[in-house]
Amino acid sequence: MNITSTSKAGTSWLFKMAWRDGKASGKRLLLFMASIILGIAAVVSIQSFSQNLQENIGLQSKALMGADFTIDMEQLPSEKTQAIMDSLGGANGREINFASMVAFKKNGATKLVEVRGIEGGFPFYGTIETKPRAAAKTYQKEGGALVDATTMLQYGVKVGDSVKIGSIIFPITGELLSVPGSGGISASVAPPVIIPYSFIEATGLLQIGSRVEYNYYFIADVGQDLVELNDTVDPILDAEHADMDTHIDTSQRLGRRYENVGKFLNLVAFIALLLGCVGIASSVHIYIKEKLRAVAVLKCIGATRKQTFLIYLIQIAGMGLLGGVIGTALGLLLQQSFPVILQGFLPFQVAISTSFQSIFMGLLLGVFMSVLFALTPLLGTWYVSPLQVLRIQEQRSSKSKKAGLVVLGIIVLFTFLFSLWLLENWKYALSFVVGILITFSVLAGFASLFMKAIKKYFPISWSFTARQSLLNLFRPNNQTMVLILTIGVGAFLISTLYFTKDFLLAKATLESSANTPNIILFDVQTNQKEAVANSITPKGLPILDNIPIVTMRVHSIEGRLANDIRADTTSTINQWILNHEFRVTYRDSLIASETLVGGEWFSKSTTDGPVPISLSDNVARDAQVEVGDAMIFNVQGVLMETVVDNIRTVDWGRLQLNFSIVFPSNVLENAPQFHVLTTHAPDEATSANLQRELVGKFPNVSILDLRQLMSLIEGILDKISWAINFMAFFSILTGVIVLIGSVRNSKYQRIKESVLLRTLGAKSKQILRITALEYLYLGLLGSGLGVLLSLVSSQLLASFVFETPFVPSWVPFLIVMPAITLLVLFIGLSNSRSVLNSPPLEVLRKEGN
Amino acid sequence: MPKILNVRNLGKTYTSGSKKLTVLDAISFELEEGDTFSIVGPSGSGKTTLLGLCAGLDDANSGTIELCGMSLSDMNEDERALLRNKNVGFIFQDFQLLPTLTALENVCVPLELQGDKNANKISIDLLDKVGLANRMDHYPSQLSGGEQQRVALARAFSNSPSILFADEPTGNLDEETGEKVVQLLFDLNKEMGTTLVIVTHDLDLAKKSKHILRLKGGKIIANQSTVQA
Repeated sequence: MNITSTSKAGTSWLFKMAWRDGKASGKRLLLFMASIILGIAAVVSIQSFSQNLQENIGLQSKALMGADFTIDMEQLPSEKTQAIMDSLGGANGREINFASMVAFKKNGATKLVEVRGIEGGFPFYGTIETKPRAAAKTYQKEGGALVDATTMLQYGVKVGDSVKIGSIIFPITGELLSVPGSGGISASVAPPVIIPYSFIEATGLLQIGSRVEYNYYFIADVGQDLVELNDTVDPILDAEHADMDTHIDTSQRLGRRYENVGKFLNLVAFIALLLGCVGIASSVHIYIKEKLRAVAVLKCIGATRKQTFLIYLIQIAGMGLLGGVIGTALGLLLQQSFPVILQGFLPFQVAISTSFQSIFMGLLLGVFMSVLFALTPLLGTWYVSPLQVLRIQEQRSSKSKKAGLVVLGIIVLFTFLFSLWLLENWKYALSFVVGILITFSVLAGFASLFMKAIKKYFPISWSFTARQSLLNLFRPNNQTMVLILTIGVGAFLISTLYFTKDFLLAKATLESSANTPNIILFDVQTNQKEAVANSITPKGLPILDNIPIVTMRVHSIEGRLANDIRADTTSTINQWILNHEFRVTYRDSLIASETLVGGEWFSKSTTDGPVPISLSDNVARDAQVEVGDAMIFNVQGVLMETVVDNIRTVDWGRLQLNFSIVFPSNVLENAPQFHVLTTHAPDEATSANLQRELVGKFPNVSILDLRQLMSLIEGILDKISWAINFMAFFSILTGVIVLIGSVRNSKYQRIKESVLLRTLGAKSKQILRITALEYLYLGLLGSGLGVLLSLVSSQLLASFVFETPFVPSWVPFLIVMPAITLLVLFIGLSNSRSVLNSPPLEVLRKEGN
Repeated sequence: MPKILNVRNLGKTYTSGSKKLTVLDAISFELEEGDTFSIVGPSGSGKTTLLGLCAGLDDANSGTIELCGMSLSDMNEDERALLRNKNVGFIFQDFQLLPTLTALENVCVPLELQGDKNANKISIDLLDKVGLANRMDHYPSQLSGGEQQRVALARAFSNSPSILFADEPTGNLDEETGEKVVQLLFDLNKEMGTTLVIVTHDLDLAKKSKHILRLKGGKIIANQSTVQA
């Protein structure tokens, strides 16, 4: 007799056994499947969409720019810049653009727009889409204006009407549907209006301080290396305060911008997937626990450890694959809705195609996650002794504990690698994993403490039902740990999403009171200041701010000329500091959005020596200067020596005028300057009336109506909120499914006890009360701990990731916690229904197997 | 006659906290092929523990067991599983059928583990022999206790075992059903020439076997032969 030979049952028998057993247990694993399906659907839909987005950006980069490359500047080209452009074969097209108010003659309505004066055949790639289509080609010849279609709709203007831009009235020859270079959120604030280049001068809108951009468009030679060209020419142009951009840069920049949107969505999807994993782990844990007796029987009649382990591994992997297939299909369907949901953020139409990488990932994830998160309970089949057929053995061997730790290590590693892949930042990924680990540990620790505390301080004097419900929490076969972990992690992730969503939305909430400006007037020339004020005050409106602005550039830092710093390849001073035209104001006090973090507020005299100045912390950091360091500014041709007197933090999120550099009074008063005036209009009619008058009298003044901006921002926030809610819905739905699954599975743990009590004469009310109290304790403890932990995680997210103050919302406490507790209670009670409605023996026969 | 089970100086202790509990102490006996053997004794005397050790379901603390000529202490768990699959049959007090498998599938499993292509046919024949030809597609929960034990009997004999261990085979059955199951057990045993080891409280059942081993407090108090009717 050769006993050492292996079992002759082949792989097909393992599949057969997995199928036989699985089909009889399928109902119990349905919720397990649902968790995988939702998690995978969320990941696949988002991944596939992100990939489509990246591909579209790559494909449409030339059309987005309208040329192969551009050279842009904020002033007319210097001689050197002109020479460079000539050496590149001369620009194929050019443009001047700036923000300005326009007035529609038809109804007198005014609007801040981006005026784009275009010359030449721009765009050379992509098209200007207009209605009628021919208008894009004829506006130059006809001297007409193409006005953003949404604005026209908003103001009831039609083709054939006219628009006043500065001193010129243009006939509107077409509705502008899309144009390269305009799009996204900025186009919502200042929508584009295109006019022929030759008319710009005549509008009279180019004045001191006007923020103008000159763009020169180029078509590259065939085979020209744009990266190399950019590397060679851009540094020279930088010194001339000009900048080169290639369509590759545009695509990369856009890619990065939407990558962040993708990253956020990926994180949400990952949370859904993690919740799914919790669902897998908890349902398989209870499922396998019930199977251990059958495993012992199989071992008793000759199955090896490997065979019994593989039977259930195949079963779980099969379910994972099926869940992956359904989840992937659902995800691919879902991604079709993304372009609609994210319409507000996207600069172009995204063509949706099937991403095979996402399909493969969905299927792989389905199997891999299922197996990985089921491994710990599955190990139980390996270590269960065949002796269990004769008597119950609860002891876990040290070997099985070691194996459990190894599996735990793999799970942690996987979670880290997966979040690293999604977030592309090891610090965030590590924090995410550590956060999850801490959450699990705290929940497990509390569950364990809770059980010990009840055991130690057991209230003997309580009624029978109250005692029984407490006993259920710590006696053998209790489900306290598994359910508190599941409920807790579910509540934690769901309420973290809520808290995060709330503070992100609160960050953009706009204050509004009579003393808060809601109309801002830019580009008011010094000689217009009084006249503008005189147009405002007679209407009973206050002048809330009168802010002078002087433009200047950095000439030197700590004695080193800006040009030398630019040429020094080892310098770590940020280039934008050297190239930027700063808009500087002067005043003698801090404003509400500023906090002093270094030095004192203008302690030095302004008459002797260098002028003390105040820098915002980001400028000080990027310029690498500290309090006491010297800087020289070029104030429109005059060099001005300054010393950094103090450094401020600025809350740039506030909707008010903030400045990077502030001078003290009595220094810049005589420098060429313009002003920003603000006022508060109590209603829309007053605001429209004022704007109409000001645009008529002072065409160069740009007016920003914050009320309009607020409704725009609110619209955008609504869209963001919609997108967040839509994705959060997935996570929450997965969480609920996981909860249902776990609590439903626990039914099989409790049913025999309930039936026994029933047999011994317990009334329905008593059984119901015992069950209700047990699930109430579990629901309250799990969801309460989860919500409290999410408070900590959200605080950390707010401080370190979003850098915003955290004001906790009450929603998780008032809605999430009670809702989860009630859900747990409801499912728990529905578990007892069969016990209450049928004879004990019937229940045992039906449910026990 | 060759010895199919040879137990020498067997001891088993359990540790509960700091206390050591001796369940079996210096147990020795041997069985020849084809023997029928009953282990009797009061509750807690170590009967089930002895059966578990003899079938290789647990490890002894001292002594040796040779089953089918193989020393169990020299084998790992998987080797013992294979030994059981080829040579051992089991019947339990609470039947221990796999709840998610039909009656026929339950009987097939030991044969399928051996890779036997005729598993289905042999199992159908056996179910027919135990009178369950018309219930073979039923799940255990759809069968009565007696029917479940008859399926367990069919499963126990499906691999034509050299030795069959039965732990209280009638413990969960009424007298009439119990008698029928016992009759079936001895008939199949006779037909297949299997060695039978029964753990029981039931002295009438014990007397049907050739030898009776009496245990008390983990020790043998008698090992006697019975007069066969």
